[in-house]
Amino acid sequence: MDRFPKHRVLPYGLIFPSISIIAIFLIYPFGQAIYQSFHRINPVRRQLVNVGWRNYVDMFQSSEYLNSFRNSFIFGVIVIGLGLAISLGIALLTTQRIRGAAIYQIAFIWTYAMSPIIAGVMWSLMFDPSIGLMTHVVGNLTGYWINFFNDTVAAFILVSVASIWVMLGYNITFFVAGLQNVPHELREAASIDGANTWQVFWIITFPMLSPTVVFLLFVNTIYAFFQSFGLIDVITMGGPSRATEFLIYKIYRDGFGRMQEGQAAAQSVVLFIIIAIVGAIQIYTSTRSAVYER
Amino acid sequence: MHTYRKLMTKIGIHAILIVTLIAVIFPVYYAITMATHTHRDAYAFPPKLIPGKQFFQNVKEAWRRIAMTTLLKNSLIIAITVAFGKIVFSIAAAFAFTHFNFRGNWILFPLTMVTQMMPLPVRVIPLYRMMAQLNWLNSYKALTVPYLASTTGIILFRQFYMTVPVELADAARVDGATPLQYLWKILLPLSWINVAALLVIEFIYMWNEYLWPNIAITSSKMRIAQMGLRMLYTSERGVAEWNIIMAGTLIIMLPPLIVLILFRKQFSEGIAMQTTK
Repeated sequence: MDRFPKHRVLPYGLIFPSISIIAIFLIYPFGQAIYQSFHRINPVRRQLVNVGWRNYVDMFQSSEYLNSFRNSFIFGVIVIGLGLAISLGIALLTTQRIRGAAIYQIAFIWTYAMSPIIAGVMWSLMFDPSIGLMTHVVGNLTGYWINFFNDTVAAFILVSVASIWVMLGYNITFFVAGLQNVPHELREAASIDGANTWQVFWIITFPMLSPTVVFLLFVNTIYAFFQSFGLIDVITMGGPSRATEFLIYKIYRDGFGRMQEGQAAAQSVVLFIIIAIVGAIQIYTSTRSAVYER
Repeated sequence: MHTYRKLMTKIGIHAILIVTLIAVIFPVYYAITMATHTHRDAYAFPPKLIPGKQFFQNVKEAWRRIAMTTLLKNSLIIAITVAFGKIVFSIAAAFAFTHFNFRGNWILFPLTMVTQMMPLPVRVIPLYRMMAQLNWLNSYKALTVPYLASTTGIILFRQFYMTVPVELADAARVDGATPLQYLWKILLPLSWINVAALLVIEFIYMWNEYLWPNIAITSSKMRIAQMGLRMLYTSERGVAEWNIIMAGTLIIMLPPLIVLILFRKQFSEGIAMQTTK
């Protein structure tokens, strides 16, 4: 560890920039968010008033919040679950011994460069009520001409499709990298021993891939709960009838639109707890000396 | 019989991949064709999927409506500053964590790991307050300084530096090199893949950032690309000028795409190094 033992001050100088940014712009405001979550602003005297757990109690009694919580949760499960499953499927296919495997891997990577706003704009066009191609395809196939922006379920589907799409490139890239670390011989040995493709996947490939899965689970959780903000802001602005008003969008509205900082801070803390749970799992699995030491 | 089945499997795999690829690329293709149409052709029924000839007029129009030059300039400034700053800061921190034994080492690294769970949205309201007090709203400072620490970067470089043989540092020390000379002349040239990978990650991240700029910026001179695109979309969607909207979209998605294409190899290799750990 200590490769330059005589230098006592230098390491502090080296970590100083990062640590000071983290302390001032991450930890301090985060502490303030916790503090604020127990306070409210008195609109008359413009003072902070300690209200104890009231922000939290009110929050969990508000049907608006519970609705937002439920929608976020469903959205998270769909986007993370379906998104990871599709990406893993594609990654598995592009790592088979086929011609042009590398070309496929490159061809899928680019959605990573797309922003949530771009994804929102592009998929709004795809589902546009008058000229959207998807509207026509769905209409012709099912006979139902849906306005994807007015129907709660349809809007939810639209937002989910766009979110899954924009994360594909990133997820596939990590899955491909993870899969390339699974030794081919191991898989072949298993199949010679009589395991079928399905068994080889669940017994050999998937366990060895688990660090990648857990890491992507964390990144995608952050994406579904936070980064999706831009997408929602473009496509639905939380509507129709709050169907896509996810937690982060509600924090934004309550904190900046309605000036209810205390209530918004309490929501931020809950959001942090959700992320912290997933993050703790990730840190635990990534620091635990790997079961499959390579 | 066996080879026949193998062949069919391979054809099946290709078929699935090609169909998925088309589905994934289609929204962009549709956006491109839309950007080349006149307003009338954009509304043709059935939708015209072959490009028209209006592309440059549409780009010019989109450029004018949202003052694209300012947007691109601002976004480039913040994306390059943040990417560069994060690379420098995280190399320095990772170097300290891996090459020195110092008091507080044991707590500081886990601390940086934990801050990964405090993404900006969790602290957005206090941060806004703080920026208002510092008088940093509507400035590059608000869009760059809070982003400069990178847990991703520190972890990326730390993992790589731990794999560098100790003998290398020992030899440099024996030759009388200072730690910073060793970092600059020996370690850094070894870490170009990581630098390029982090550049891609952070440039794209910053270019695409929206929530915080949307809150911290109100002046039109400081507006960034994503905000401009959002404006173009909301203002033109009412009159449904999809051809103009898509022309603007294509311009704004180009810079991160170029960075990704330029450094794609290093990006993939950097990630592969990450996951081998």
